[in-house]
This record gives sequence, structure tokens and C-alpha cells, in this order.
Amino acid sequence: MSNNDFSRGAIENNPAWAQLLGLCPLLAVSNSIANALGLALASGFVLLGANTSISLLRKIIPDVARLPCFVLIIATFTTVAVMVLEAYAFDLYTRIALFIQIIVTNCMILGRAEAFASRQPVGRAIVDALGTATGFAIALLALGAVRELLGNGTLFNDMELLVGSLGADWQLTIFTSAPLPLAVYPPGAFLLAGLLFAAVKALTATQSGPTAKKEVEKETGTANDAVRRANP
Amino acid sequence: MTELGLILIGALLVNNFVLAQFLGLCPFMGITKSYDTAFATGLATTFVLALAAVISHLIYHGILVPLDLTYLNIILFIVVIAGLVQLIQVYLHATSPVLHQLLGIYLPLITSNCAVLGVTLLAINQNLTLLQTLTFAIGAAAGFTLVMVLFGALREQLQQASLPEAFAGTPIALISAGLMSLAFMGFQGIGS
Repeated sequence: MSNNDFSRGAIENNPAWAQLLGLCPLLAVSNSIANALGLALASGFVLLGANTSISLLRKIIPDVARLPCFVLIIATFTTVAVMVLEAYAFDLYTRIALFIQIIVTNCMILGRAEAFASRQPVGRAIVDALGTATGFAIALLALGAVRELLGNGTLFNDMELLVGSLGADWQLTIFTSAPLPLAVYPPGAFLLAGLLFAAVKALTATQSGPTAKKEVEKETGTANDAVRRANP
Repeated sequence: MTELGLILIGALLVNNFVLAQFLGLCPFMGITKSYDTAFATGLATTFVLALAAVISHLIYHGILVPLDLTYLNIILFIVVIAGLVQLIQVYLHATSPVLHQLLGIYLPLITSNCAVLGVTLLAINQNLTLLQTLTFAIGAAAGFTLVMVLFGALREQLQQASLPEAFAGTPIALISAGLMSLAFMGFQGIGS
């Protein structure tokens, strides 16, 4: 049961490519692995905190006021994430500050709160949060790795901003001059994300057959689906 | 005056919120399936964005800074935006049924539109004055609407196009957005 919750959140219902949630940070912060990992950890922390506390409080939160309550809980955890990053990874924080602050409006987190955490016991809510956060991290890191490699010719550049002096010599220089500098600019983010999503779609289509894929798409295809359902 | 003009053009074209700063992508990808809905969403967002930025600016500099509570900004701004959206909904429902019907279903979604919170936070981070904040918000919202409408029209065409199955839907939309973003990079030279 728990394993199902995890892999459903991470792979089948992946927030990025299956549900198109959290696209803004996905495209904005994926220009290097260090940035991508920083945002993935911060979002994961907020998601875990929000899912856990909403699940614990689900019997107390009145149904009519549930969305404002969820948003306030998420905003509180976002503020905590901002403070922690400001204190321990300030240089990294200044590079991705805005996108850490707007984690609060990431529809992925509100979507999980509304669709899952507010109806399930705390154990399942935690597993669901971990699965969804892992799925988001996979998408962020995949896009981050490709964009850094093509746009900068390196992998794991500037990791010391996130892990301290430990990461100073992690950088791998694959190409001495960047093969496609456009990749780190905004157009590169859109183009490579489009190609990544197409690749995922092609892979899942061959695995489960074209008809099954179409049904999944109908269920999860539209962005903001969870939020839309939450606002009657 | 020139300074305000530069802020307006900067937010509208050079640093377009959707194509250069990646804010408001959820409605951009989710709602722009047709021209009409794109336009209605753009209008509703413009309205909320301008009001939210100004009210947040007043609260931040009038209450949070004097009381040394600036770390509460995220929580407070999201409450302002959500409250504003709710108020506008109630107001429109009571006074203008036509407008309410036109914008009604798009209004609740604005709360979770990161462009609104993003503009509000950017205006605070850059220490803009009240007038500059208003100009910045209007420029950003106009840029958002412009791109939404252009992309809405484009996507009506895309739905007719015959594509490899893997590219149908979102992937081709993202790639088209990438090409638009490339075009918008051409504005980079303005004002520098």
C-alpha cells in the first residue's frame, strides 16, 4: 500500500510531466544541477511539512475554510525554508530566492494537500509527500543536468554553494566550450523541457500501449486540475 | 517619467514574465487552449495583479517595516492576494453579472498564479516606490496578457496540426513557447 503511494507520486502521476504542476520553478531553476537540487530540497521540505501537518489537522480544519488554512500552512513552511536557506546557503539562496519564496503558490503542493493529505492518515500522507517530492526532484535534476551540460559544458558546477567545501571539487568538465549556450537561457528551458516531456511520453506509450496512455492523459492532462477541482 | 517608461517596457517586453522569467506558466499552459479564455484570464489577472502589488506595497512599508516583521512577508502577501480575489468575486457577483460570468471561473485560479505573488515580491525586493510598483505591475500584467493571447491563438492552430504522437499536446506547446521566448530575447537590447 505504502509503496504504491510512493511510486504513484514519483512516476505515474509525476507532478512535472504527468500533471504539469510546478512548471514555473521547473523551468526557471533548472539551469544547473546545484540550483535544481536546492529547489528540489526546499520544495520537498515544504511538501513534507505541509502534507504531514494538514493530515494531522484534517479533523480540526473546517471544510468551508480548508483552502485558506492549507495556504497558510504552506506559507508558514515556505517561510521556514527561506530562513534556513538564508542562514546556511546564502549564496545559493540569492540565486534562486524568488522561486524559493513562491513555492507557496506551487500548485503541486496545494494539489497534494487537497487531493490526498486532507483525506488520509498521516503515514500515507508522508509517503505520498516523499513520492511526489522525489518525482519533482527527478524532473528538476534531469532537466538541470541536460541544461548545465549543454549550456555550460559541466556537471555539478558550484555544488559548494549547497553542500559547503565538501562539494568544491565535484565539478566534472565534460566539454571545454559549451556545445549549446542557448540551453541555460529561457528559450533553452522551454525547448529542452518540451523534448524531455516528448521523450517521457514516447517511452510510456511503448510500455503501456497507445490506448492505455490516452486514458491516463485524460485523467491527469490538464494543469491546475487539482486546484480547479478545489475551487467549486 | 522616462524611468517609469523604462520600467513599463522592461516588465512588458524585455523581461516578459512568462517567457523570460517563468512566472505564471500554469495558466499559460493550462488555460491558453483558446483565444477567448486566454483574453479573459489575462484581464482578470491584470486587475488582481495591479491591486495586489499596490496593497502589498502599502502594507509592507506601512506595517511590516515599522514593526520589524518583514520576515512575515510571504504569509501576508498570499493572504492579501487570496482575500482580494475573494472580494473581487463577491463584488462582481453583486454588481456586474456579465463580467462575473466572463471572469468567474478564472478568478479563483489567480490565487495560485505565481506571477501575482512573484510581481509583488519582486517589487518589494527592488525597493520600488508606490508609483513605480503600480507601473511595474501594469507592465507585467500587460506582458502576461499579451503572451497569453498570442499563445492562445497559436494553440488553436496547433490543435489542427498533424504531429508525431509523442509531441502532441504539452511537448509541442513547450517547444512553441521556446521559439516565442527566442523571439522575445530580441528585445534584450532595449533600454540598456
